[in-house]
Amino acid sequence: VNDLPGGPGVRQLNLHTAATRIAVEQSWLHWFMLITCVVIFIVVFAVMFYSVWKHRKSRGAVPATFSESVTVEIVWTIIPFLIVIGMALPATKVLVASKDTSNADLTIKATGYQWKWGYDYLKGEGEGVSFLSTLLPSLREMSNNGAKGDIPDNYLLEVDNPLVVPVNKKIRIITTADDVIHSWGVPSFGVKQDAIPGFVRDTWFRSEKVGDFYGDCYELCGKEHAYMPIHVKVLAQQDYTAWVEGQKKAMAAKADDPSKVWTMDDIMARGEKVYASNCAACHQANGKGAGPILPLDGSAIVNDADKTKQIAVVLNGRNAMPSWKSQLSDTEIAAVITYTKNHWSNKTGQLVQPADVVAQRGK
Amino acid sequence: MSTSATATPNYYVPQPSRHPAFMAVGLLLVIFGASQWINGADWAKWVVAAGFLWVFTVMFQWFRDSIGESESGQYGHRIDISYRWAMSWFIFSEVMFFGAFFTALWWMRSHSVPALGGVDNALLWPDFKGVWPTMAPGSTASPANIIEPFQTMTPFWLPTINTALLLSSGVTLTVAHHALRENHRGRTIAFMWMTVLLGATFVCVQGYEYFHAYHELNLKLSSGAYGSTFFMLTGFHGFHVLVGMLMLLFITIRLMKGHFTADRHFGFEGAAWYWHFVDVVWLGLYTLVYWL
Amino acid sequence: MSAVLDHHDHAHGHDDHHEHAPTGWRRWVYATNHKDIGTLYLLFSFTMLMVGGTLALLIRAELFQPGLQLVNPELFNQLTTMHGLIMVFGAIMPAFVGFANWMIPLQIGAPDMAFARMNNFSFWLMVPAGMMLVGSFFMPGGAPASGWTMYAPLTLQMGPSMDAAIFAMHVLGASSIMGSINIIVTILNMRAPGMTLMKMPMFCWTWLITAYLLIAVMPVLAGAITMTLTDRHFGTTFFNPAGGGDPVMFQHIFWFFGHPEVYIMILPAFGIISQVVPAFARKKLFGYASMVYATSSIAILSFIVWAHHMFTTGMPVTGQLFFMYATMLIAVPTAVKIFNWIATMWQGSMTFETPMLFAVGFIFVFTMGGFTGLILAMAPIDLLLQDTYYVVAHFHYVLVAGSLYAMFAGFYYWSPKWTGVMYNETRGKIHFWWSLISFNVTFFPMHFLGLAGMPRRYADYPAQFADFNAVASVGAFFFGFAQVYFFFFVVLPVMMGKGEKAPQRPWNDPDGKGAEGLEWEVASPAPFHTFEVPPKLNAAANRIVESH
Ligand code: HEA
Ligand code: HEA
Ligand code: CUA
Ligand SMILES: [Cu+2]
Repeated sequence: VNDLPGGPGVRQLNLHTAATRIAVEQSWLHWFMLITCVVIFIVVFAVMFYSVWKHRKSRGAVPATFSESVTVEIVWTIIPFLIVIGMALPATKVLVASKDTSNADLTIKATGYQWKWGYDYLKGEGEGVSFLSTLLPSLREMSNNGAKGDIPDNYLLEVDNPLVVPVNKKIRIITTADDVIHSWGVPSFGVKQDAIPGFVRDTWFRSEKVGDFYGDCYELCGKEHAYMPIHVKVLAQQDYTAWVEGQKKAMAAKADDPSKVWTMDDIMARGEKVYASNCAACHQANGKGAGPILPLDGSAIVNDADKTKQIAVVLNGRNAMPSWKSQLSDTEIAAVITYTKNHWSNKTGQLVQPADVVAQRGK
Repeated sequence: MSTSATATPNYYVPQPSRHPAFMAVGLLLVIFGASQWINGADWAKWVVAAGFLWVFTVMFQWFRDSIGESESGQYGHRIDISYRWAMSWFIFSEVMFFGAFFTALWWMRSHSVPALGGVDNALLWPDFKGVWPTMAPGSTASPANIIEPFQTMTPFWLPTINTALLLSSGVTLTVAHHALRENHRGRTIAFMWMTVLLGATFVCVQGYEYFHAYHELNLKLSSGAYGSTFFMLTGFHGFHVLVGMLMLLFITIRLMKGHFTADRHFGFEGAAWYWHFVDVVWLGLYTLVYWL
Repeated sequence: MSAVLDHHDHAHGHDDHHEHAPTGWRRWVYATNHKDIGTLYLLFSFTMLMVGGTLALLIRAELFQPGLQLVNPELFNQLTTMHGLIMVFGAIMPAFVGFANWMIPLQIGAPDMAFARMNNFSFWLMVPAGMMLVGSFFMPGGAPASGWTMYAPLTLQMGPSMDAAIFAMHVLGASSIMGSINIIVTILNMRAPGMTLMKMPMFCWTWLITAYLLIAVMPVLAGAITMTLTDRHFGTTFFNPAGGGDPVMFQHIFWFFGHPEVYIMILPAFGIISQVVPAFARKKLFGYASMVYATSSIAILSFIVWAHHMFTTGMPVTGQLFFMYATMLIAVPTAVKIFNWIATMWQGSMTFETPMLFAVGFIFVFTMGGFTGLILAMAPIDLLLQDTYYVVAHFHYVLVAGSLYAMFAGFYYWSPKWTGVMYNETRGKIHFWWSLISFNVTFFPMHFLGLAGMPRRYADYPAQFADFNAVASVGAFFFGFAQVYFFFFVVLPVMMGKGEKAPQRPWNDPDGKGAEGLEWEVASPAPFHTFEVPPKLNAAANRIVESH
């Protein structure tokens, strides 16, 4: 493997190369702390090891009898106190700067789902764009197989739809979550912000470099916690504008009309894709589930003649099964249910239309 | 701090005893059973019941032994001091326990509920007004509108009656204490019974209050932030009243059996301290939960 | 014969009424003797160290290479969670209570703990709780996988074992509270005449303060997990925003417990070090009074720093600044302690038997952990390091090289008194060097991983992190086997009474310089019953002037 630009390097010893002002300052602060601490450490332990060397019985040392000195004790209470103040001052400066999320050029909402990120461009150029961002299934698969052979440099970091932002613009990220707490962090930008269900929090960055930058979900969020990376693509302004154009067109084309009536073949093909990128992580490609995850192959609910049962479970979740209401469109839910009802050994012949799902939403 | 040892030479150290280990077995049954029961295993309720039976049996024997030791004069002055320290620290730990729930109340009413209804979170919950109590006109009772409408509990009249009951029980208890110190055993016992009775009435009134809440106000444990804090705080308090009342009851029975003397009656005082603690918590509840 | 395994060999004197003390298993199960109960605690906690350590080794084995080899991600999270819980609540805390049981009555000249039966109850409560914790692996859905911090709302997704763990924590909490009450009352009320508080050995002081912390925070943890329980099963919405609650509230309540908890795990360690260093420097502890004040300051400050674990939850900047400053302040009293130890060594006449090696090792390596703590306390840097392996490195430096090393120091220091035989010095030294080196091999590379951004609680990681992970995994196995060696080649022999007979004052020179304190005034092994009649002490309260 090689270093991954914007991501970790091989045997990297220190923080990532900074891509924002804040990260530069944090990096400086870390060096400052590291050096101060190492110096104190060396001074303190030089004294100790001198004593260990010099004042040992085998060298004939005779114990002194002092056991108190108010002066010394006051001195070595005050000095650390002053040092600590000296450390706190620059930290305060950096902290205050990093908290100012006002006057952003672009506001994006990042929603943590088990286990993917959803991005909604709320304000600024690209408003209205929205998509989900998931680890490439091939990399996830590779992990399961023990990551044998040549591991790509972007192992566990590359996603299907990276977050795209323009360079040198202040980007405000609003975080929230749908199920449990996640955390949105990109080391090169010096940001990390927990995504808390039911609440919004925010953070910001202004990347001074174009390129790909990688981060992770930093808060334990269940089984696939290690597999929900963050991938930010920073583009030059004109490239970004072009991307937004393309994105809008693609979205318009993809926007499914929930009143469309599908044929079995089309919807099965669609369902297969939805299944692979959303359901296979838990229920497995073979539909057999694993451990606490129930199998779909042969499941009573899946094979039930009353299709509303399965729709209800997919929409609202049940026990370990998350709710997919807000992550999948009606068409996608209809497709994936049809797919599971007619795949593996399941042969119900039932066809669920998006309209069926619409009818059950909000119930 | 020099509680000197010279007063009594030997500190009483009990003989090996089977009670602690047996009690632990009982508790194992209780916690194992409970963890299965709340997950839907019906048989487990019998395990819990057996565990409690076991625990209470051991407790009875254990207390019988220590009361025996105490009455046979083995507990010197130093042990008395030990009990005093121990009871004080135990009550302190209870204070911290209630502190956690009072904190939850404070956090929810002055922080999380207003924040959920605030401008930032309007992105997620456009229809929720962050007011307290959460059931306000024109607002949904909870951000996600998952909670049935309910009415809040007002301080009149049940909680106020209960305040009066608890406060007067504090008075009767103090009278009983003075009587004991002056060796008026008959009066002590009479006032103790009054105290126990007042405590029992409190528990009944609270039971009725809960009944009223569930059946007439639609106020339940699951009524969102308000219901959660209301029932947890008053529930744990009520449970402590029950325990305190049982303590006083046993003390009264011991008094009737002739235990305790005018100058040595820590068992009595410990229970009384506990009762006063429960009293003070109630005053906190009465103001913070019912009035404000 | 050792006091640990047999008490019928002790000199019969003034203890006729104890003549019928039970033997065999009853002696242990029905114990009311503080020394027996101390032994039980120590054995229990060592067992838990092995269980928790085995889980850690499974974690390290999985992380040896990128990709999933041994466990699936769900099980990995369970391993991490149970490793944390078992180590904190099963290994470290009970071990210190074991030390307290053995040493506090001996050090203050008391006949036993204040409430001997409750003492045994505190111990026996740990057993069902430990069984529930370990047993949770075998429940449907497996063990809890929410991290030892049990953050809501992830806990709401856990299976039945979460409830088992919650009840286990309740019981452990009750045990800790009773144990602490016992310790406080013993110290406040049972000191021999003349043993004033300011003459008390430092170990007793640190435990007095620790016990106070425990009583203050264990009930808060109980409250937090009770709310988790009702959220899970009874429809409350404390941590559920859909019903007006707040997941972050759990974190506040948890860390109000959690941060004092980490000092609960280090203050008794400071106490042990404060006993060992003077003994082997043959010099009085420097700055006794300031040690007491420093310990108290750490305890008091520990209540106002909890949110340094929550810098990334999105607090207002004023909150972050407050918690950052308060946290950094703790470096000051800790500095006083470190400097006092070094001043105690200064111009002493030092020898380096195993206890002293572990004590010096503690000071050296713990300080590294303290400094990384300070770096984490800087909120802007913590934004990068929070929930990375840097944090894992930090807390293993303070917990393993801190708490665990101090316990080793304490074991080597006091085991002659406990068992009546000397441990094998060569093996002790092997244990020390083997542990010190493999510890650093295991945990030092984690700093690099954390700085480079590797998140904790990850079952798999990008390949760039592979080499340091491999090193850490190899180190972990070496470290683990060092502890197995310790048990079989050091602990077991002395427990069976094999070894040179220990003199009453094993750490004193012929001229009397060395270890001080009342524990050295009784025979080795310490008789089953000691100080049944309060001893008469000299002015410094470190010698018995007249035995009755
Ligand atoms: C024994 C346990 C123990 C101890 C003693 C400490 C001690 C300290 N800890 Fe640590 N900590 C933990 C156990 C412990 N910690 C655990 C378990 C976690 C993780 C929990 C989890 O998330 O799972 C954690 C996490 C943790 C965090 C959160 C990190 C994160 O999640 O992002 C922080 C941040 O501030 C922190 C800070 C500190 C500080 C400032 C100290 C200070 O007390 C250190 C003071 C010591 C020194 C500074 C060194 C000695 C001093 C000198 C030689 C004098 C000269 C020095 C100066 C003048 C600077 N700790
Ligand atoms: C309290 C003390 C404590 C101790 C002593 C340890 C000891 C060790 N820990 Fe620690 N650890 C924690 C407390 C502790 N830990 C906590 C609180 C967490 C956080 C959990 C969380 O995130 O929720 C954590 C998390 C943690 C992680 C991060 C996991 C993750 O984020 O996914 C790792 C990874 O390397 C780790 C490793 C180790 C290792 C290698 C040891 C070694 O020191 C262990 C040494 C091994 C032994 C002592 C066992 C020897 C036994 C054998 C060899 C088997 C033989 C058997 C018999 C003879 C019966 N620990
Ligand atoms: Cu999402 Cu971790
Ligand atoms: Cu902390």
